[in-house]
Amino acid sequence: MVAGGGDPVDVLIVGGGHAGAQCAIALRQNGYAGSVAIVGREHEPPYERPPLSKEYFAREKSFERLYIRPPQFWEEKDIALLLGCEVVKVDPAAKQVVLSDGTMMTYGTLVWAAGGDPRRLPCAGSDLAGVHAVRTRADCDQLMGETDGGVKRVTVIGGGYIGLEAAAVLTKMGVAVTLLEAASRVLARVAGPDLSAFYEAEHRAHGVDLRTGVAVERLIGIPGGRVTGVALQDGTVVAADAVIVGIGIVPAVAPLIAAGAAGANGIDVDAFCRTSLPDVYAVGDCASFACDFADGAVMRVESVQNANDQATCVAKALCGEARPYRALPWFWSNQYDLKLQTAGISVGYDQTVLRGDPAARSFSVIYLKTGRVIALDCVNAVKDYVQGRKLVEAQACPDPGCLANDRLPLKGLA
Amino acid sequence: MVSVTIIDRAGREETVEAAPGLSVMETIRQAGFDELEAMCGGSCSCATCHVYAQGEGLVPLSADEDDLLDSSDHRRADSRLSCQIRLSAALEGLRVTIAPED
Ligand SMILES: Cc1cc2nc3c(=O)[nH]c(=O)nc-3n(C[C@H](O)[C@H](O)[C@H](O)COP(=O)(O)OP(=O)(O)OC[C@H]3O[C@@H](n4cnc5c(N)ncnc54)[C@H](O)[C@@H]3O)c2cc1C
Ligand code: FES
Repeated sequence: MVAGGGDPVDVLIVGGGHAGAQCAIALRQNGYAGSVAIVGREHEPPYERPPLSKEYFAREKSFERLYIRPPQFWEEKDIALLLGCEVVKVDPAAKQVVLSDGTMMTYGTLVWAAGGDPRRLPCAGSDLAGVHAVRTRADCDQLMGETDGGVKRVTVIGGGYIGLEAAAVLTKMGVAVTLLEAASRVLARVAGPDLSAFYEAEHRAHGVDLRTGVAVERLIGIPGGRVTGVALQDGTVVAADAVIVGIGIVPAVAPLIAAGAAGANGIDVDAFCRTSLPDVYAVGDCASFACDFADGAVMRVESVQNANDQATCVAKALCGEARPYRALPWFWSNQYDLKLQTAGISVGYDQTVLRGDPAARSFSVIYLKTGRVIALDCVNAVKDYVQGRKLVEAQACPDPGCLANDRLPLKGLA
Repeated sequence: MVSVTIIDRAGREETVEAAPGLSVMETIRQAGFDELEAMCGGSCSCATCHVYAQGEGLVPLSADEDDLLDSSDHRRADSRLSCQIRLSAALEGLRVTIAPED
């Protein structure tokens, strides 16, 4: 433990998720010799989050296999891990933080990498037992305990990637899954209608009772006890032994905003991931920035790629190699035997091109904006993904007819 | 256990005893090498676990692995995605070199 009011920590990282871990790793990799500490709310050393709704949930991988580095790595690299406590207050003038256990720590540089907390359902019953988020190992273990304990019917609220992945794993386990999406299609926030329609059909074919355009009114259950169902606004009640809520995250930024950092949807950062406070950076899910790959639109990008690459960018800057953050966003999602890989940000597209055959379960959706390739969603089409990312990077404007012709490699079209 | 020799980007070499069933990516990570990004955690989705692999008993590349490796400017004939090599006794003595960063 670092003693209260002791020596200042040169780089104090708040959050031991993907971004926090990578920032510390990259600092040492780039020869940083100062003191580095990570304060993390969770009790585990940094671990990978994506498998929580995939291999870990499906019990194909044990938790030990998710560690970003083996537990002894942090000691070897002289990176202090202060786990199971959180930063509750920041004083940017004194360059001090206060932890939940009352410890005060002084920093040279603060890196805010606190990610986000699952958005809670804004309706009655959301605090019943048996209502789960999927964000942390603890969330996932609780859920797995319940399926082990005989939960047979699960309702998933939210048709984003996490909800869909959880539905896929549960279905494979023989659990009856109902998935409720408020929008008229799943993945509406991140992908075009072709991809939504494909995934809706896949989930239904696997037995998921997938309903779109449904509004949840409240969760019903035994007061103070377990959830028993979900009441919809049209009067229907969906019976459920457990509910998974996957409706996005709220950036975990309250202490930093209270300290005066600019931000509304997350912490605002510049091209170097600097916040409006001196010597305070923000990276990963909680950082809001003008994205080069979305024509400068200000957004948060929730992906491992963004967390890792922003963290590396800050670590390099602290080692004297400051360069603006400009990395092509990419993401993956595994459901059933479908490998989805996405590159770029599809927001603002005005045309889509379908390449390959959804019926053959191998295809890509290419998003164009004024003729320029801005993003791709590739399903079981790794070659398209690899070659298509280059089109996004090159801001290429190929002929849409050529893009649609899957006998022509994307490689030649830049 | 299977002995695997890992060579990092600076040429530092270390031989480790690894558990069969783990991937070479996990083996490199557990050995404390910090250079391998392996961002997708072994899902064959990212190509940031690129190594050069030399040894007997390697199973051939899958089509997905082959396509992903094409994204690297440093691809060679012995390029592999380390998350796609599962350790078994047949790989005893495997040598893997972490490929340069793309
Ligand atoms: C189930 C699931 C599946 C996913 N699948 C994919 C995928 O397939 N591909 C992909 O690219 N991305 C995926 N993601 C998204 C990806 O995991 C996130 O984008 C990434 O984890 C963001 O990293 P981060 O470090 O910003 O935040 P996090 O990893 O959330 O880490 C933040 C940490 O900070 C802690 N914290 C918060 N507040 C404080 C505080 N005040 N003091 C101290 N600690 C604090 C939190 O408890 C947490 O441990 C998935 C996410 C989830 C939850
Ligand atoms: S870790 Fe991503 S492809 Fe191997």
